[in-house]
Amino acid sequence: MALKLTDLKTSVHNDWCPGCGDFGVLNAIQMSLAEMDLEPHRVAVFSGIGCSGKIPHYINTYGIHTLHGRVLPYAIGAKLADPSLEVIAAGGDGDGMGIGAGHMVNAGRRNVDICYIMFDNGVYGLTKGQASPTLSLGLKTKSLSGPNINEAINPITLAMASGYTFIARGYSYDVRQLKELIKKGINHRGSAFISILQPCPTYNDINTMEWHGGQDRKDPATGKAMPRVYRIEEKGYDPSIHSGDADELNKKMQEVNSLGNQLGDEIPIGLFYSNETIPTYEERVAERLPNYLKTPPAKQQVSGPSGEPVADISALLDNLCMT
Amino acid sequence: MTNNQLTWMIGGSQGTGVDSSALLFGRACTLGGLYGYGNREYYSNIKGEHSYFMVRVHQKIIHSPLSKPDLLATFDAETVIRHALSVNVDGGIIYNSELSNVKLTDIPTLEHRVLEDLVTYLDNNKLEHSVNGILEASRRNGVHIYAIPYGDLLKEAASTLGEPKLSNLTRMMNTMAVAASFGLLEFDLSVLDSAISRTFHGKSKIIQLNMTVGKSAYDYVKGKYASGFQYKLKKVQTEEKRVFLQGNQATALGKLVGGCRVQTYYPISPASDESDYLEANQILKINPRRLSDSSNVEKTTYLEKNGGSVLVLQTEDETAAITAAIGAALSGARSSTSTSGPGFCLMVEGMGWAGINEVPVVITYYQRGGPSTGMPTRQEQGDLRFALHAGQGEFPRIILASGDQRECFYDAVHSFNYAERYQLPVIHLIDKTLANSTATYPMFDLSGIRIDRGAITNGENLNNLSSGDKTYKRFLFTEDGISPRTLLGTKGGVFWNTGDEHDEYGHITEDPVVRVRMMDKRMKKLETIDHEVPIQERLTLHGNEESDVTIVSWGSPKGAIIDAMDALNDENIHVNFLQIRMINPLPSENIISVLSRAKKTIGIEMNYSAQLAGWIRESTGIAIDHHVVKYNGRPISQDEVCDSIKKLVKYDAPKRLVLTHGT
Repeated sequence: MALKLTDLKTSVHNDWCPGCGDFGVLNAIQMSLAEMDLEPHRVAVFSGIGCSGKIPHYINTYGIHTLHGRVLPYAIGAKLADPSLEVIAAGGDGDGMGIGAGHMVNAGRRNVDICYIMFDNGVYGLTKGQASPTLSLGLKTKSLSGPNINEAINPITLAMASGYTFIARGYSYDVRQLKELIKKGINHRGSAFISILQPCPTYNDINTMEWHGGQDRKDPATGKAMPRVYRIEEKGYDPSIHSGDADELNKKMQEVNSLGNQLGDEIPIGLFYSNETIPTYEERVAERLPNYLKTPPAKQQVSGPSGEPVADISALLDNLCMT
Repeated sequence: MTNNQLTWMIGGSQGTGVDSSALLFGRACTLGGLYGYGNREYYSNIKGEHSYFMVRVHQKIIHSPLSKPDLLATFDAETVIRHALSVNVDGGIIYNSELSNVKLTDIPTLEHRVLEDLVTYLDNNKLEHSVNGILEASRRNGVHIYAIPYGDLLKEAASTLGEPKLSNLTRMMNTMAVAASFGLLEFDLSVLDSAISRTFHGKSKIIQLNMTVGKSAYDYVKGKYASGFQYKLKKVQTEEKRVFLQGNQATALGKLVGGCRVQTYYPISPASDESDYLEANQILKINPRRLSDSSNVEKTTYLEKNGGSVLVLQTEDETAAITAAIGAALSGARSSTSTSGPGFCLMVEGMGWAGINEVPVVITYYQRGGPSTGMPTRQEQGDLRFALHAGQGEFPRIILASGDQRECFYDAVHSFNYAERYQLPVIHLIDKTLANSTATYPMFDLSGIRIDRGAITNGENLNNLSSGDKTYKRFLFTEDGISPRTLLGTKGGVFWNTGDEHDEYGHITEDPVVRVRMMDKRMKKLETIDHEVPIQERLTLHGNEESDVTIVSWGSPKGAIIDAMDALNDENIHVNFLQIRMINPLPSENIISVLSRAKKTIGIEMNYSAQLAGWIRESTGIAIDHHVVKYNGRPISQDEVCDSIKKLVKYDAPKRLVLTHGT
């Protein structure tokens, strides 16, 4: 029986601000899971802290609202113990690029088969609008006392440097494209990173929905807004790595970095990079532990009905035995 | 003549094989039917700094070091300079005759304080500042000095074997020092040969080289010096199967048999040895015959064919280590992480999260000298209060402290059982002494080990759980505070977790009524534990219940205390010893009943402020009379315990006694 969107909703009151970009991401995740017909118990949504961290409570799947910055190690631990779970990690830009940046970088080099969704709004909303690591130098959003004194981290180029094998940028008001990106990210074999431009209507009065939509720059000829965001797939861009040889990788890396850096009047959104030529962490583990994929840690029976352990350590003890 | 009782010491620069030779010595003694206890002391350094290893040998089981060696085996100058003056009267020093003229100032790794003390000592005795001077001082103290021409013996062996390069192999001096000791002790050379074969298993060339140089040193010393040395080791016939192992191995073995299937870690001294051992042995042999339902042929064959394994995950930091272990535990694997103090600092937020979300996770905590980076490779029990109180707010945790390698093994199993039964973080407190000391034990008995996975629910019984409700409640309010849990992926068992206060489903709440009920539910588990866990897993009273004097301690000082009690008995001083194994929840009532019987109580701990004594006073109102503490980074020895007990029993000496022995 196909899942309905309502099957993925909970009755928890959603306390995000009206007009929050988070709603677009929430809808896109629920639509993706429904379209993929992933039953709620097969999915675990992990999150960090902040407004976006509340997202699991609104989704009717296993929902693990973790600590600030730590969403990835939680998600990776759960996935590696049971690779049959569909694991989605969600967190804000402060979570992923600030307090959890070390985890974000190190997750990239492992390539565990999870989908990491990062909400990028340039501010720490829940603590009243401080600058986040993705806010550009010199910008002064509403609640800052002066212009931002730090340079911004670019999530896309950092993801590229860290080794993510699927890198995309979405926009929370383009739910249709976002849903497709999330579906692809879940289906991707390896670590998928989706950075989502997601305006904070309360604290980021610069990178607003209107700004992304180009309401401030109308075509003199037609009088229509000229949106800053555009879908890259509509420009015939091919994100895939085909052979995986060094030349191809280098060229693609440059393209992705260049796309990632376009955050001004032309902001490409869509899938920038997809590389399935690199083995996942689970596959690497399976090379060492032949039973791993069949009986991963969470599925191993460790004892009999009376609690008797099944592991036989007598050979190890004999190695230490001196008689 | 002193038979089969010896304290032997070997030292040298780190990276030159000191550990291997000490383990060789210990293995050989164990193979010869004796019990050994070896303590390793080393700097936080890869190569060059001085390390030493003390191996105590006895005919009965022993658990602790003594302060002074009977026989010091050396092949470098620094070991002579640092340790010669501590050798017991009538003891011996084996040294390299080619190094007699090395001056104290030639040793760049001697600390200023050590150098100054030695120079003062030598000047007062009008001796030169060299190996010769030190040896002469020892000789005057009644210590026998045995010169060995290591270089000449190596050259001889090289020509016998037709291996001219061998004479450059200074690493061989390790084995020669062990063999020379055996010659002096007139111990059977064949046990050394079997220990060499065991140590270099499968490398026949290396075995032959070691045996040859070993024999040459053995013969040289035995012929020339043995008759004058009063300590002897003799083979003892025994049918008993024995293991010779370190605490980090014992803990890892306990984890393997106890069902641990995910271990996470970030490298740190002295904890990572355990993870290394697990990773080296991560593919498990499964014995399906152990299963009571082995009649289920299909299942049995499946298990046998697919085996088991432990996923050992090295993370980017300790924050990731604990949170990944928690993630794995949510999926259903028995999960643990191992660390030391600095790593535990980073784990605190994760542990609090596991506390509020009632996740079973085991933290194996190897204490070392603090604060901050402190003394990374030295011992201390300075983190009891930290383990007890770390984390914002209040949540239940179990803290278990092992006193020897055998307890490390069984407590590793207990830790997982408690974690899953009571759904909370368990801290298994170990320290550097236990981690890095090696001891002989009768083979561990595996027959009584049981795994208790606690209340895990799935499928058909899910709907009955929540009294009429159709949906599963992860944090259902219950009498004993324990709510049956589901594992991620269980159909019908969807739940939510959050570090925020939550309702029975796991959704965020700030409602004051639910808050109180949820706090009460979680904290109730401490009472449940207090009622359920057998007292013998929580404390042990060693010795005669009726003794007037009671020693109270925890963790690794157990060894020195037990050994000291034996020695004191011989001097007609009788004390008993209350060993606290479960630090939290503390078995207060039993502690009160033991301590209120004692006329005098003495706490012994390796920290500055007598942390356990403080915790006992807080929990029971009983103030322990005397505190014996040690915080110089070196382990407590049997004789230090003996001396302090005698002082305190006979003279009612000060309230606080600080132990300072150790180099």
